[in-house]
Amino acid sequence: MSLDKSTVDQRPDTGFRLPVHWLGVIPFLLFVLLFLILPTMRIVIGAFQTPDGTFTLNNIIGLFTPTILASYWISIKISFTSALLGCAIGFGMAAAVILGGLPQWIRGPLLTFSGVASNFAGVPLAFAFLATLGPAGFITIFLRTQVGVDLRLMGFNLISFWGLTITYLFFQIPLMILVITPALDGLKREWKEAASVLGATNAQYWRYVAFPILSPSMLGTFALLFANAFGAVATAIALTGSSINIAPILLFAQIRGDVLGDPNLGYALAFGMIVITGFANAIYIWLRARSERWLR
Amino acid sequence: MKKFWAWGALIFGLVYFALPLIGMTNFSLKMRRGAYSFDAYVKVLGDPRFQETFLYSVTLALVTIVFGVVLIVPTAYWVRLRLPRLRPYIEFITLLPLVIPAIVIVFGYIRLYNTSSWLPLTGTAMGANVLLMFGYATLALPYMYRAVDTGLRTIDIATLTEAAQSLGAGWVTILSRVILPNVLVAVLSGAFLTFAIVMGEFTMAALLNRPAFGPYMQLLGANRAYEPAALAVIAFGITWGCMALIQLVSRFAPRPASQPR
Repeated sequence: MSLDKSTVDQRPDTGFRLPVHWLGVIPFLLFVLLFLILPTMRIVIGAFQTPDGTFTLNNIIGLFTPTILASYWISIKISFTSALLGCAIGFGMAAAVILGGLPQWIRGPLLTFSGVASNFAGVPLAFAFLATLGPAGFITIFLRTQVGVDLRLMGFNLISFWGLTITYLFFQIPLMILVITPALDGLKREWKEAASVLGATNAQYWRYVAFPILSPSMLGTFALLFANAFGAVATAIALTGSSINIAPILLFAQIRGDVLGDPNLGYALAFGMIVITGFANAIYIWLRARSERWLR
Repeated sequence: MKKFWAWGALIFGLVYFALPLIGMTNFSLKMRRGAYSFDAYVKVLGDPRFQETFLYSVTLALVTIVFGVVLIVPTAYWVRLRLPRLRPYIEFITLLPLVIPAIVIVFGYIRLYNTSSWLPLTGTAMGANVLLMFGYATLALPYMYRAVDTGLRTIDIATLTEAAQSLGAGWVTILSRVILPNVLVAVLSGAFLTFAIVMGEFTMAALLNRPAFGPYMQLLGANRAYEPAALAVIAFGITWGCMALIQLVSRFAPRPASQPR
């Protein structure tokens, strides 16, 4: 999304003109206002209102009950872990293909597959993992009958922190590969050569040159993956029914049937989710702007 | 040594990605006891609910794509042509659906457009369909806008516009017969991605109570054993098909014409 100024003719302003050219973006702005901004504002404002419309902080304070805090906390833990592992594994795979001296033809199919897998989220992804690691999944049965390892007895359950994390990795790793590949391509050969001419070892090159250049985009992608996992509702619901208490599932149940018994507390729950994903994305945007300086 | 680690990392990843795909395919073929069969697929494809919801989602995806193109192509074109200073702000707005979770957006819809509001869209089935379509257009906004904007970057829209105008073309003609054909590849990429997103979407359709494919899959998953795996294979096929089509059309993309002048 780099700015490209060369194609736009910046014509000099020819005196005063009625601002009719603004009319061209009115339909778009109207759409965004009605179906993105206002609905979100309604939630944000509702989080600070009592049912009869006066200002209150009680909804926000109401979030600090054990159930709701626990649901946020497990959501944050799953999002954090799956983002961390997604970054590490995705980076490993991308680096292996781009810098590791593997045949060039692997690159194209890997990127295409990453495009598919990063979009293969939601309900079908949950089915795929149930058929693999679920109680009747083929790995579970294979391990039990052929190897003699019972995952259940070992305490593994797909409907758990680790189960969800492993499932989320299926769309987290490919997203990391898609985002980090351009950054790895941006590592110029000359930098490596310059470093080794000056006597740097491979480890020193990574420690003092490549890693500082890559770290903004890696941290930024981490934030993107975090937000990506935090908002994932469909995968979690299809995988667990509603037997695991994570924030998006709680909000889903709240919208469906007011399980918290307080509509305005529901607004506050949604507001909390916006704050967390918004925070993560702000970090992403800020860090990406920093890293783009090097990737020209 | 380096190669050894590189192959190791790649193979580790490939095994992780292959296993669930093998798992779902294997499971979807095991409905008949003791033999592989396509029974689960026959059962799913023959289910009238499958046909209804599938058709519903396909229709909705196509309407969403048409709406998205009609909304975004003129906007992106106009912003590049006349309001370049507005571009960063518009781009920021288009990225917002990645920040605000879909479940929060649809929560806002339910509260803002309920039966007692000024625009009671959720009151009628048609209204709810339209609302869901707007919701999907919102979800697709980041991808669609980016695709179209990238497409516009590769052509010289100022010169094309002036040439068309000097031949007497109006704005509608310029957009539909000059700009759109030139960014068709970009538009198609955005359209296929939109299609993949709409076909699998669950949260918005479920909360607006629409008979879409996503909620149908979830419902079947809660009640059946083998059919969900067959559905997962079908859904994976749809996603794969959309991505393959994007790859295919982007081979026909024009080379960037924007050489520095």
